[in-house]
Amino acid sequence: MSLSLDIRLKRANKVYHEGEALTGVVVIVSKEAVQHQGISLTMEGLVNLQLSSKSVGVFEAFYNSVKPIQLISSNIEVVKPGKIPGGKTEIPFEFPLHVKGNKVLYETYHGVFVNIQYTLRCDMKRSLLAKDLTKTCEFMVHCQPQNGKLQPSPVDFTITPETLQNVRERTALPKFMIRGRLDATSCIITQPLTGELTVEMSEVPIKSIELQLVRVETCGCAEGYARDATEIQNIQIAEGAVCHSLPIPIYMVFPRLFTCPTLETTNFKVEFEVNVVIVLHDDHLITENFPLKLCRV
Amino acid sequence: MAAVHWHSRVRRYEAELQGCRLEAVEAGDCHPFKPITVTDSKTRKGGRKGSTSSSSSSSSSTAADPLSSMLDGTDPLSMFAAASASETPALSHSTSAGELGRRRREKEEEVGPDFEPWSAKRGEILGRFTTTEKLSINLFMGSDKGKASSPGSTVSEKVRNRLEELDDMEEGSQREMLNLSQQDYVNRIEELNQSLKEAWSSDQKVKALKIVIQCSKLLSDTSVIQFYPSKFVLITDILDTFGRLVYERILSMCSDASTPPDTFSPDCVNDTAKETCLNWFFKIASIRELVPRLYVEAAILNCNCFLSKSGVQETLPRLTAMIRGIGDPLVAVYARAYLCRVGMAVAPHLKESLNKNFFDLLASFRQTHSDSVQNQLVLQRVEVPVYLTLYSPAIHWILQCVSYRAPEALLTEMMDRCRKLGNNALLLNSVMWAFRAEFVAARATDFIAMIKDCDEAGFPKHLLFGSLGRSLACADPPENERLSILNEAWKVITKVRSPQDYISCAEIWVEFTCRHFTKREVNTVLSDIIKHMTPDRAFEDTYPQLQSVINKILPHFHDFSVLFSMERFLPFLDMFQKDSVRVEVCRSIMEVFIKHQQEPTRDPVILNALLHVCKTMHDSVNALTLDDEKRSISQLINGFIRMVSFGRDFEQQLSFCVEARATFCNLEPVLIQLVHTVNQLAMETRRVMKGSHSRKTGAFVRACAAYSFITIPSLTSIFSRLNLYLLSGQVALANQCLSQADAFFKAAVSLLPEVPRVIGVEGKLRSSEPFLLDFINNFLSTLLVVPDHPEQAVLYLVRGLLNMVQDYTWEEGSDAKVRVYISALPLLAAMSQETYLYSIPKVDSNETLYGSDPKFVAEINKLCETLIGQVLDHLKSLGREEAAGVRKQSSLAFSLFGCLLAHGNLQNNKLNQLAINLWNLSHKHGYCETRTSVRTLEHIKQLGQQPGMAHISDMALRLSLQSRA
Repeated sequence: MSLSLDIRLKRANKVYHEGEALTGVVVIVSKEAVQHQGISLTMEGLVNLQLSSKSVGVFEAFYNSVKPIQLISSNIEVVKPGKIPGGKTEIPFEFPLHVKGNKVLYETYHGVFVNIQYTLRCDMKRSLLAKDLTKTCEFMVHCQPQNGKLQPSPVDFTITPETLQNVRERTALPKFMIRGRLDATSCIITQPLTGELTVEMSEVPIKSIELQLVRVETCGCAEGYARDATEIQNIQIAEGAVCHSLPIPIYMVFPRLFTCPTLETTNFKVEFEVNVVIVLHDDHLITENFPLKLCRV
Repeated sequence: MAAVHWHSRVRRYEAELQGCRLEAVEAGDCHPFKPITVTDSKTRKGGRKGSTSSSSSSSSSTAADPLSSMLDGTDPLSMFAAASASETPALSHSTSAGELGRRRREKEEEVGPDFEPWSAKRGEILGRFTTTEKLSINLFMGSDKGKASSPGSTVSEKVRNRLEELDDMEEGSQREMLNLSQQDYVNRIEELNQSLKEAWSSDQKVKALKIVIQCSKLLSDTSVIQFYPSKFVLITDILDTFGRLVYERILSMCSDASTPPDTFSPDCVNDTAKETCLNWFFKIASIRELVPRLYVEAAILNCNCFLSKSGVQETLPRLTAMIRGIGDPLVAVYARAYLCRVGMAVAPHLKESLNKNFFDLLASFRQTHSDSVQNQLVLQRVEVPVYLTLYSPAIHWILQCVSYRAPEALLTEMMDRCRKLGNNALLLNSVMWAFRAEFVAARATDFIAMIKDCDEAGFPKHLLFGSLGRSLACADPPENERLSILNEAWKVITKVRSPQDYISCAEIWVEFTCRHFTKREVNTVLSDIIKHMTPDRAFEDTYPQLQSVINKILPHFHDFSVLFSMERFLPFLDMFQKDSVRVEVCRSIMEVFIKHQQEPTRDPVILNALLHVCKTMHDSVNALTLDDEKRSISQLINGFIRMVSFGRDFEQQLSFCVEARATFCNLEPVLIQLVHTVNQLAMETRRVMKGSHSRKTGAFVRACAAYSFITIPSLTSIFSRLNLYLLSGQVALANQCLSQADAFFKAAVSLLPEVPRVIGVEGKLRSSEPFLLDFINNFLSTLLVVPDHPEQAVLYLVRGLLNMVQDYTWEEGSDAKVRVYISALPLLAAMSQETYLYSIPKVDSNETLYGSDPKFVAEINKLCETLIGQVLDHLKSLGREEAAGVRKQSSLAFSLFGCLLAHGNLQNNKLNQLAINLWNLSHKHGYCETRTSVRTLEHIKQLGQQPGMAHISDMALRLSLQSRA
């Protein structure tokens, strides 16, 4: 006997905002009529925090996982116990996305140590003899546009051997001079990071210039807090010995799900940074770091 | 059956003619013999080329085809052709007519048919940039195995799975293929193309994307740099496929199949399609490496139109700027070319980014001489000029896109910018190649100055002049500059050392020289080419170019006397020493001659030269030559022979024919043509002399006859021989050369036994019988006017012919022999008349020789009786056979009846009786065609009503129509 349960949301991109209603259908496909004890939908929003082994030690990381924070949890009944005829049955539903109390719906975010995830689960309860059926689907939440105008403030930078920190032997460094500009460090998450970069001079030919997008996740816990920076993506903007004093565009699209507006709560923080990485032909690695503030307007 | 005594009916041809003459009818428009002009819908030239008349000796070819008299003007075939030609575009129009959106129309306005498409360049690049070095493909693919492990699996299983996956990553997924030959490489790329399509159709979109990314990654690798342009071509093919697949898929998602593909706006694209499209763009935006990200995004550029109207407009400049990040100048320039290509296809109206591309290219142009490039070249042992030519296809393409329908001012600006860059040979070359020929031609002098200023070490100068010449061949520079341009250019070209380089450049300039200058300059150019190509037999490697020189010269010299009066032309031809090429060249010369020579010529220069050319073609024929080849060569030579005329100098013409016969002895069609020409010559002489030859012309026509007589036996085709004998005999007779005519006819008669029973006609074996019957009938009708030889017996030739017919081994069961007998009867009947139906002026036929001498008539009658006896015997023997024999018997009997009716004197009772018997015989078994019988009977009755024909009407009463039971 084949029986399948599925949830189809009306919005193709599955993105919802607070106060909106999730609409869609529960689809049941079965050859024969199905007896059931009720079909219900459950909406759940969780923040999962994990401590990195690096900051708290292997065992703590394994056992001491922080309790998930629940953002939303509500349940509605879609169909009362009864019988569903054979064939394909679509049951429409509308499920408002409302928070209780003073809780805030954070934006969906998939990270390494912090995960913010929203799911919609459909359960079909059945008699003792048959297994209950469950189907889960994830939906995205985008937070409400933040108030306040963003003034794009360009950041100019110049990288020379002299501006570098953490250099072991400054004398061994080849001479180079790179100028650049980021159009803004407060970025709108839907817009790409832009700017330009000019290699004015370089003694050693350049092998590659990359933009490294980094997330900085901070988890607070009983023992204090853990702060970890990990790479999200690395985008090459120049390859090989590029033409000198010709501006090269800086352009990076913020990936969906893996980025969210910069978030700061009592328990955890999610921040982003970008590194401009210049690899020279002799494998010297020059990095310039820029903290970013992401927001949604 | 007792012997039948033959009595010919007395004919009064004049009176009969009067009697048969139809009433004069006003000739209307639809007169069947009115010359018809077949109006061909397409004007075609050179109709003379095809026809080789082998049977008619008359030179007037104005006789219109009676078959086409049915038509009222236009040839139906050409009407169809014209209709379909005009219909095809109409059809393709109608299918999409209603749906052609504004965008499509806009595109068509932007890119017309004069834009040379990429597909045209593709093959050229693949053919030009090749390598013998070993190539490698390095692909990093994720494992293809399904990763999903069953949910119920235990922990140990999961661990094992994971370990296996890791192994996969190490072993299988990173595949590096080394030591591939170029062909292997091409095959591998094609395999990848196939697996892309497969992955796509089996819904493995991620795998498809991976393949595309890995492929485009290969483009950042410049090892084996000579092959890079070809690699670019191969891989961008894959990218194009990918772009198309993605576009079509998204299109299929958003259109309900009813919305026309070109009219949608982003508003009517549904969310699912938009989401899918966005997904693709997000995925591509996160590709780590620059080159693949750039190429893949460019490949799906036209998907931007699903998202927003201005999408393409915003993306193109961004991608253009992105290319600045590519350090290797060669990789960068090809990336630009690809972007221009995609840009032209998707949004040709966005000129800005095309221009931006070009200006960026100029800005980063010094990169081509950077240290890293130099190091690479040293490492790969590639010379700078070779390296620079690798850029040409890409820069050509970019410039072609930029300059396409660009305003003059922009082109001037581009040129100035190029000029500002120090070493600009490479750019200059592309400018000349890609810009409008008119533009280049108008500034040809400037260009020459610029070329001179170029750095010698970089880009080879002969290529620059080659490009300039190419432009000048299509567009004309100002009149007063032409000579100086040629001088300047040739000064440089003549200094080119390598014969290969020299000829490839000179070949281009020949066109320009021919267009604007006289034979003197062309001659100079030719002599220069000869001077360069002769040392070390350099011409041996450059036949194609030399051939193209000839092909360029020929269309400009329709007057062959001018062409051949160029001193160096024939020496130039002598450089073609490889037989096949030589013949090819001769052939093209002859084709042009036949096409353009309007008047017959006697110019000794032309004749000598062309005789030489034709001889070359003729000498190339050997045992291995194909029939088609022979035929076409013969046709060309025939065309030439027909164009030779010495006017009234007939003897000269004859001696030309003698020479031609000696020269072209291996080609039968040519010999046949020569015999025809000579026959025509004799008839022409007769016309000039108004029928009566003087002693001198008499000797001349006999010489003509002698010519034919000794030429004909060398032919192998027996029917050509027979027909030519007959024809030449007729000509000799018309020219009062009795003994010659006699000899021809005798030869024909004695040739008859040699006719094989089967002959090959157009490659198939056919029975020769119908041809033989035709010939004999034709021969018989000629024999009427041939006077008997004084030293031979009466009807010597007729008897000879009939004897041959009797002795000939006819096909088993065929009654051809009897048919010949039956058709000989009318001849004999005609011979026994007092005045003959036709005669030849100034030749006394038998009518005059014998004057209807009773002995002569008796002789004829005796002959007739023998023939009839033979026919009757045959009829009898047929009667003994089965149905087939009876059927033949019926038809033979009927034709003999017809013959008796027309030519026999039926007042004679015996003949009358015979006729009636024959009629009955033919109707006896019911195989006679009733309609024919009825009509014959009607005719007989009509005859009977004429005065003095009472016996006929009596006979008619005794003839009964058979009733079909």
